[in-house]
Amino acid sequence: MTLLRVEKVSKHFGGICANEDISFDLDAGQIVGLIGPNGAGKTTMFNCIAGYAHPTSGKIWLNDKEVSGLRPDQCARIGIGRTFQVARTFQSMSALENVMVGAVLENRNVPTAREQGLHLLDLVGLARFAEKSAASMTISEQRRLAVARALAIKPRLLLMDEVMAGLNPSEVKEMVDTVKKIRNQGISCLIVEHVLEGIMPIADKIVVLDYGRKIAEGPPQLVSNDPVVISAYLGDE
Amino acid sequence: MTQLNQQSILGAAYASSGYKWSTRFLLVFLLGFVIIFPIIEKSPSHQNFVILVLMAAQLGVAWNIIGGYAGQVSLGQAAFYGLGAYTSTLLFTKFGINPWFAIPIGGLLAACISLAVGWSCFRLKGHYFAMATIAVAEIIQIVFTNWDFAGGAVGLNLPMEGGWKFLIFNDKEPYYYLALGLLLLTLAVNYGIEKSFLGYYLRAIKDEPDAAQSLGVNLSLYKQIAFAISSFFTALGGSLYAHKELYIDPASVLHTGLSIKMALVSILGGVGTLSGPVIGAAVLTFIEEGTRMLFGGSGKGTDLIIYAALIVVIAVYYPSGVVGWVRGYLSKRAAIRQTRLEGRSA
Repeated sequence: MTLLRVEKVSKHFGGICANEDISFDLDAGQIVGLIGPNGAGKTTMFNCIAGYAHPTSGKIWLNDKEVSGLRPDQCARIGIGRTFQVARTFQSMSALENVMVGAVLENRNVPTAREQGLHLLDLVGLARFAEKSAASMTISEQRRLAVARALAIKPRLLLMDEVMAGLNPSEVKEMVDTVKKIRNQGISCLIVEHVLEGIMPIADKIVVLDYGRKIAEGPPQLVSNDPVVISAYLGDE
Repeated sequence: MTQLNQQSILGAAYASSGYKWSTRFLLVFLLGFVIIFPIIEKSPSHQNFVILVLMAAQLGVAWNIIGGYAGQVSLGQAAFYGLGAYTSTLLFTKFGINPWFAIPIGGLLAACISLAVGWSCFRLKGHYFAMATIAVAEIIQIVFTNWDFAGGAVGLNLPMEGGWKFLIFNDKEPYYYLALGLLLLTLAVNYGIEKSFLGYYLRAIKDEPDAAQSLGVNLSLYKQIAFAISSFFTALGGSLYAHKELYIDPASVLHTGLSIKMALVSILGGVGTLSGPVIGAAVLTFIEEGTRMLFGGSGKGTDLIIYAALIVVIAVYYPSGVVGWVRGYLSKRAAIRQTRLEGRSA
């Protein structure tokens, strides 16, 4: 069953076109990787799906509801969670309070949100830091905290923007485990990633962007052997 | 094992949501003290001093809701203070509406106008929002200065007699309890906000508005709510001032300096904390009145210069406010105790 459908989306900033005529689907329960060199338009695509930018043309659907044109908070309410390139945790709050901000969306009751928050922190392996200030956590911990926070709104689709960038190999492995756990809960993931060894083993499908256009789409093995993709990453011979 | 771990984490999380016994005891003691203060201290000037502290604290607490928790620094709250004072006074003196009704109407009117102000000003961020609120306050001040029906630049007088029915008294004591009651009411509402989802949303908006949106927080809606609540209580404070002084004019209730003072009380005490504005008001009023007594009367404004210098000193050395400084000191002491304990057990 198709959960997210991106239909011929273009996004122009003045004369610059960040996305040109991009279409792809994401099925329920899938992990899809969105990769491409710097400036390929991955984050713009993300912003269009999550309501932070409105496509110049084209449409985006979540199930049968049109997403393009909604505000970010409306997108969140219909089930699109996201993280940011920089974690953007709430620095004045503890880890638990960060997650609670998300959890009160469904249920305004604070004690219930507190319990949910603890479970989510446990899921991403941060339960022992519940009372620790978000500002004092490492980059890796803050990234996982941002994931837990996005999960708190009970999304059907989770957009993760470079959650593995700048992590060391063991931290990448922790993050990969976390993503698998999230999928096992039935939440689909769309992941923008530079760290290919992180995304290749877990993705069901890879979409490759270059200069704002889609240049390849398919299972990881096929995509990584595609000559067009290789030349986009490594340059022509 | 993990089950056990989780239990203890849950316990810790619940424990941290309440206050410690020592803090509670201190709060009850302080409350008891302010309640019996007018009974043991009969000097009107001393009573007046505490009334000034209570009124400044109430305005600071109200400002803190929008400026501290939601992080939208409004420097135009005097507009709502004046609107409250003028609305209740006009309704009372010109239309004969009892102040018990006129004062809440003033608050509601201020809240409604704050929605219009917010609708336009919340499109701006940071410093530009602050500048826009100053402009709005100036406009309202000019309107009232030139509005003959509202007394123009001459101002309005309230009747001298009244009692509890009209909230007008000959001595200070009733005003003391009105100011205290209003402060406690504002604090209670602030406490309710802090403990509910609203408090979490406002702090999230202050910290990272983009991330807050991604969690389903409608930024403009919750900023508006905070602004309206803050303006409502600021207006009640204005009406209380009108009833205490029995005279208002644009210079006394719509002056820009008032807006600054509301923000200052909160910032010096501790932004985004419940007790911050109360402590800030006590410190600021003490410095203000103290310097006036010691250095005032020279005609050269020495008291104001020293007053300003002391504010600069606090701002430089305790940028997180008095509450932030105390918290930092306590957590440092706790950390030292912790390391000592660990050293002993090792």
